[in-house]
Amino acid sequence: MLSFVLSRILQSFIVMIGVSLVAFSLFTYVGDPISNLVGIQTSDAKREKLRESLGLNDPMPVQFLRFIERASQFEFGISYQQKRKVGDIIAERLPATLELSFVSAMLALLIGIPAGIYTALHRKSWFSHFMLSASLVGVSLPTFLIGIMLIFVFAVNFNILPSFGRGEVVKLGFWSTGFLTASGLKALIMPSITLALFQMTLIMRLVRSEMLEVLRADYIKFARARGLSDRMVNFSYALMNTLVPVITITGLQLGSIIAFAIITETVFQWPGLGLMFIQAINEVDIPVMSTYLLLIAMFFVIINLIVDLLYYFVDPRLRVKQGD
Amino acid sequence: MTDKPLLEVRNLRVEFPTREATLVAVDDISFHINAGEVLGVVGESGAGKSMTGAAIIGLIEPPGHIAGGEIIFDGQRIDNLSNTEIRKIRGRHIGAIFQDPLTSLNPLHTVGRQIIDTIITHLPLSQKQARTRALELLKEVGIPSAEERIDHYPHQFSGGMRQRVVIALALCADPKLIIADEPTTALDVSIQAQIINLLKGLCSQYDTAIMLVTHDMGVIAETADRVAVMYAGRIGEIGPVADIIQQPKLPYTVGLMGSIPAIGEDVERLTQIDGSMPRLNALPSGCRFHPRCPSAFAYCAIERPELIEAGNSQVACWLYDKEKGQGKSPAHGLQKTHTKAVSKTTTQPANTLLQVEGLKQYFDVSPPLLTRLLERTGRKYVHAVDGLDFTINRGETFGLVGESGCGKSTVARAIVGLYKATDGTICFDYVDDGGLDDKQRMQMIFQDPHASLNPRWRVREIVAEAIPAGTGSTKQKITARVGELLAQVGLAAEDARKYPHEFSGGQRQRISIARALAGEPEFLVCDEPTSALDVSVQAQILNLMVDLQRRMGLTYLFISHDLAVVNHISTKVGVMYLGRLVEWADTDTLFSNPQHPYTRMLLDSIPDLTNIGAKRSQVGGEVPSPINPPSGCTFHPRCPFATDRCKSEIPIASSVSGSSVACHAIEEKRLPDWKTS
Ligand SMILES: Nc1ncnc2c1ncn2[C@@H]1O[C@H](COP(=O)(O)OP(=O)(O)OP(=O)(O)O)[C@@H](O)[C@H]1O
Ligand code: SF4
Ligand code: SF4
Ligand SMILES: [Mg+2]
Repeated sequence: MLSFVLSRILQSFIVMIGVSLVAFSLFTYVGDPISNLVGIQTSDAKREKLRESLGLNDPMPVQFLRFIERASQFEFGISYQQKRKVGDIIAERLPATLELSFVSAMLALLIGIPAGIYTALHRKSWFSHFMLSASLVGVSLPTFLIGIMLIFVFAVNFNILPSFGRGEVVKLGFWSTGFLTASGLKALIMPSITLALFQMTLIMRLVRSEMLEVLRADYIKFARARGLSDRMVNFSYALMNTLVPVITITGLQLGSIIAFAIITETVFQWPGLGLMFIQAINEVDIPVMSTYLLLIAMFFVIINLIVDLLYYFVDPRLRVKQGD
Repeated sequence: MTDKPLLEVRNLRVEFPTREATLVAVDDISFHINAGEVLGVVGESGAGKSMTGAAIIGLIEPPGHIAGGEIIFDGQRIDNLSNTEIRKIRGRHIGAIFQDPLTSLNPLHTVGRQIIDTIITHLPLSQKQARTRALELLKEVGIPSAEERIDHYPHQFSGGMRQRVVIALALCADPKLIIADEPTTALDVSIQAQIINLLKGLCSQYDTAIMLVTHDMGVIAETADRVAVMYAGRIGEIGPVADIIQQPKLPYTVGLMGSIPAIGEDVERLTQIDGSMPRLNALPSGCRFHPRCPSAFAYCAIERPELIEAGNSQVACWLYDKEKGQGKSPAHGLQKTHTKAVSKTTTQPANTLLQVEGLKQYFDVSPPLLTRLLERTGRKYVHAVDGLDFTINRGETFGLVGESGCGKSTVARAIVGLYKATDGTICFDYVDDGGLDDKQRMQMIFQDPHASLNPRWRVREIVAEAIPAGTGSTKQKITARVGELLAQVGLAAEDARKYPHEFSGGQRQRISIARALAGEPEFLVCDEPTSALDVSVQAQILNLMVDLQRRMGLTYLFISHDLAVVNHISTKVGVMYLGRLVEWADTDTLFSNPQHPYTRMLLDSIPDLTNIGAKRSQVGGEVPSPINPPSGCTFHPRCPFATDRCKSEIPIASSVSGSSVACHAIEEKRLPDWKTS
């Protein structure tokens, strides 16, 4: 048990160090950090002094260690363009993206999983057919197109939902939330649907096909032959077994919601990390870019870790060793 | 005499609508089962055995459905009950056991929870009472330390133990009838004997009737009271077990009985029913068996025979009809050929073809480095083959037997070079290992003819590919050669144009044999070539192999878990246990006077067809894991003669009355003679 958790955490660390190395290389080797910090008139001597004081002349491993040390304290240097601490910029943008992703993830899970179960259990019903055809649209249409269509209908034509921004936000310490105001909630509707649609349909189809597979399994047949109620067979037996493989893929999908947010945030001008990243690319703001990468990687790693641990608790085959 | 039957099936018909046509899987069958009786249902795969069982408990997979007839259980009609009503009968009054114990249990719940859930569904018991009952059941089915095991998950049990749990589940509401669909097919012989004894004992104790679906005649012989023989969706013959086995009336049953190799019987060729069972979309008219029946006469193709009384049994065959069958004698030409097999006594001087010395094959199954470091465990190896010596002479058939997982397939693969041996030498025809030429002179035939043929290739391409690209091989020459090879294995030249899926299992195995013969090999390694086939088809393939050996002077390494098959086909036999050969000898010596305790145990666990109703001797235990094999003689945890020496010292093979045996008890001369106790 402990060794499983430890080894997973250790693996996560190794991955994070690898990603840090990439972010660090980007930071150190793409462009000259000094010329981005000072004006053109600055003398070479002054530049050299600055270089020395920033530690840019130290050996690479020392610089890398320092990078990691500072990153762990949420210190990511100064944005070239905004001349502000990257940590502060991120802290400002993070709540917007996390709230949007959270709502989308909930939508995807709370609609995707029950829809998957329903379509698997009632294969012949018209609702299942409808959901399956509708899901094809969700999978095949590109996200930005869905976003633009929603804006066209609900913001331009009917003018009932805002087409951009987060609406009014309330500050709770460093966190700014849109959950507490009517306009904030309204602003969330279209972006979260846009972002959730793809994952929702994917999760639905995944749950459906996995459940159909499980329903054919021998232990389901045997459970029915013992006269267990449909409810017990479908939910306690079939659903549980469906969820085991679904957990992994769903976890990864949720991770990609945060990553996919870039497109949705651009379409809806949502002031989150994705929008920030796009701007940073346009302005070749290396510190912001590398920090974004680091952060996204961290989210993936954390989600992966949670998924692995969940898996471990759901599936006794991992938890309990074989033999007597 | 006229006690009311527990179950009565009248004119049952099960249909499967498909796009092209409606297939009739079970066609108008009637039978009954009395309380406490065991009815065996036999027949080849696809005969409709399982479908009949599924119909009784209302579990036919859609779109299949009952299209006619009625099923009456305990005076109540049950085939037209609603889902909720039939559920009160399933598990409560009619239990079910399926083939594969490995997949019959929900992997996410403890076995205790699964039993308790089932008990509570049917009986008015509290959670606590249900647990007490579950514990009793587990003890009854012979799960050791049940108090602890009740909270274990299915994967923590071995196959045999899981099947015991499955039996406990089927029995937990004390049903009056159990439908057991191939309950022992997935298990090793020694475990099979345990499970059959358990099932039979419990059912007679509680007066539970069993409908025992199986293709294993041995299981039927020792368990059943009456037997129904099914063929292509119909019952061909039904009657008391002794009549069916010893005096079968239906030509099909006669053939079926004759195609089963038996130990203690020395026949060269098995009875062969040519062809295979028709597919449901191409059923012959009249009697469905007539295209394969040696006794068929004109009327057979015209009208379908119904069951009529014949002696103690009922038979659906026109031969027994007073008018139509007048003067015809039943079932000629289906007797076994009782000539002593020439191949069984090697007349030529021994001429070694293959010599295996100290063969070892370990597989690394270690967890990843990180886990190993954290759990402080070392690398783990499966000792699949652990020091094996044997020789095969030209023209003989060396049979290798043993329970599942003992390393038989691994030996085969190492010999043909699919694995690089961890240690030891394999000398083929005095040339040490792996020369390119050897590859052609040595070919392999696999168990599963489905998996080993490329489904997208025509038979022509499959066979032609294996023909060595020799000098001046033109297209015509290759085509001619393919035709020649197909003819050798009993297929037609036109078959070259077809794809593998157009053939039955037996025909597909013929194609793999044709492919193996393409390079004119001297030596064929056959890994369970008939295990996936029905007995009647198995007989065809075994006969073919004997014929080919005679004609071409082939040498075989024949691997099987079926002792009777090995006895039939081999000249020499090696018995494997956990990666080692424990005994090897001439076939006759080994089967008439087995030495090693494990060999004796295997022989004991084979059901005896001539001794109907006799119990097999109970054999305890199961094969341990080859990752941590027991010390010393690996058989000691199951051996009744084990001593302290056996636990520490690996026995060395020595020669005893014609056999080579590795056993301390034999060396110390403290083993009783075979069959004297
Ligand atoms: N490639 C492999 N990697 C790891 N373990 C293996 C591998 N191949 C075989 N084994 C293990 O080696 C042991 C012997 O396997 P093998 O297939 O030779 O047994 P067998 O006697 O042919 O069994 P069966 O009757 O079931 O075919 C088994 O425990 C098996 O799980
Ligand atoms: S009815 Fe005719 S074809 Fe059918 S089994 Fe009897 S003899 Fe053979
Ligand atoms: S060596 Fe000992 S344990 Fe092994 S078979 Fe012989 S008597 Fe039994
Ligand atoms: Mg094998």
